[in-house]
Amino acid sequence: MASPPISATQTATISQPSPEITVEFDEVSLAFEEKQLLDRISFRLHHGETKALFGVAGSGKSTILKLALGLLKPDSGTIHVLGEEISSMKEDQLFELRRRVGIVFQESALFDSLTVRENVAFRLLEEGRVSEDEIEERVREALSFVELENTVDLYPAELSGGMRRRVAIARTIITHPEVLLYDSPTGGLDPVTSNTIIELVVKQRDVYQTSSLLVTHRLQDAFTMATHYFDRRENRMQPLPPGTRSRVPMSFMILRDAHIIFDGDLKSLRETRDAYIREYIS
Amino acid sequence: MRWRDVLSPTTFPSASSAIVLLKPMELISPTDWAKQQVRSVQDYAILAARSIAALFTRPRYLADTTQQADLIGVGSLPIVALTGFFTGGALAQNSADTLKRFGSLSLIGQLVSLGMVRELGPVITGLMAAGRNASGIASELGSMVVTEQIDAMRALGTDPMKKLVTPRVVSTVFMLFFLTIISDALGVAGGAVVSDFLFGVEWHQYWSTAWQILVFQDIFMGLAKPVLFGFIIATIGCYYGLSARGGTQGVGRATTQAMVASSILIIMVDFFVTRLIMTVFGP
Repeated sequence: MASPPISATQTATISQPSPEITVEFDEVSLAFEEKQLLDRISFRLHHGETKALFGVAGSGKSTILKLALGLLKPDSGTIHVLGEEISSMKEDQLFELRRRVGIVFQESALFDSLTVRENVAFRLLEEGRVSEDEIEERVREALSFVELENTVDLYPAELSGGMRRRVAIARTIITHPEVLLYDSPTGGLDPVTSNTIIELVVKQRDVYQTSSLLVTHRLQDAFTMATHYFDRRENRMQPLPPGTRSRVPMSFMILRDAHIIFDGDLKSLRETRDAYIREYIS
Repeated sequence: MRWRDVLSPTTFPSASSAIVLLKPMELISPTDWAKQQVRSVQDYAILAARSIAALFTRPRYLADTTQQADLIGVGSLPIVALTGFFTGGALAQNSADTLKRFGSLSLIGQLVSLGMVRELGPVITGLMAAGRNASGIASELGSMVVTEQIDAMRALGTDPMKKLVTPRVVSTVFMLFFLTIISDALGVAGGAVVSDFLFGVEWHQYWSTAWQILVFQDIFMGLAKPVLFGFIIATIGCYYGLSARGGTQGVGRATTQAMVASSILIIMVDFFVTRLIMTVFGP
């Protein structure tokens, strides 16, 4: 992978987010028909940070991800991704930027007529810049990351829901994106499989320091991410020792009625006095 | 959600399917309905224009085009051959009685040949291909829309217009041209079989009159129509597929609409093209 892996030595090596901003929404508004979905929302995602997005269904969480990728355009406001203002970019211009930003869709969105190998290698095959041997190697590498090396010749319909999500993650990380967008990666999965997916997200965060926006309905997933780190030596997720939680580059954002009502770290979330948020996280 | 929202959000912000579903049975004013229809025609026109424009920009998907040509062309061959043959046969049967009354049964080859090449061959082939392929394209693309595969394709840096729409348009136009020729030939052959076995028209006489009656105008009309029909089938299928919303029910609706709309358009365009060519070249 492109980014240097962190040292395997304990939590002290988990990096703090640098001041570099990877995603910035500034006064962004969007309405669908007569419903105002986002109303002048602003937030920033720093390099290496993972921001978990919460909110009731239809509150605009997934829409934020699609806006960040240029799949949707805001009615007003500006969106900067990796230093580029994307809200005024044309589709052709966005294709190059999307090489640096990956998204894992809610239902995986794997191409059902293609094998796992072809799905994971899709972008590389389309670009045609890489040799067959290198494509094969990178597909193996990406599938190895999600521990699904033995599924290369299977079709998505032959995989379980959890396996499809993992293949979707492999397809997303094969080009080593600098920003990852996860749309409910654990939605509809059993707790064990959900934990496996979250472990992969934590691994991506801690090993490759990828900036991420994570939409989820499961608070426990985000809390797990805020209280765990990926131990490369053990090749598994481990709880953070007491006193080091604030060092995890993890933040929370809650949407309600087209506005952001909370944007902060785990400590702030726990200390909030807002009745709605307290009820939401209880 | 309209197809333009699916493919290019630069023009219009999208209406998500989830939001649309919040108002499933809402009555719509005549003005809004009229606006929707105009907007649909506008969207369709833009999709059709972009499908052609994509031919002149890279990347070009030759493998996808070939695959679609196989699916659309070779896959449609049996139904086109059968319907062509039996249409020619039925035309001969219907014409024979009338021609007999005037003692002109020997002209049956001319009548079947002209009818098949100018009109029935292209239209029957177009309608068969519309039933099979416009609906197939709409259901395939519609499924991709509702499962976010189109969004995934865009997120992975591929333009669905170039990857999905243009190959289908090119292959349908190309294959329908040749399918129509096959349908014409088999239709005239069907007429020959009926004329010979049921009405005793000499085989050689039938074929020589059927061949000699055809002039440039007839061939031109017969081969210009499938080009237009192929374009209609593919673009209508893509338009309704990419406009699909509301899950599997929406995909089913898109499939039906694509077949109905393409069939109606084929008949309408056939009328106007016939009139145009007759005006230009004479009857």
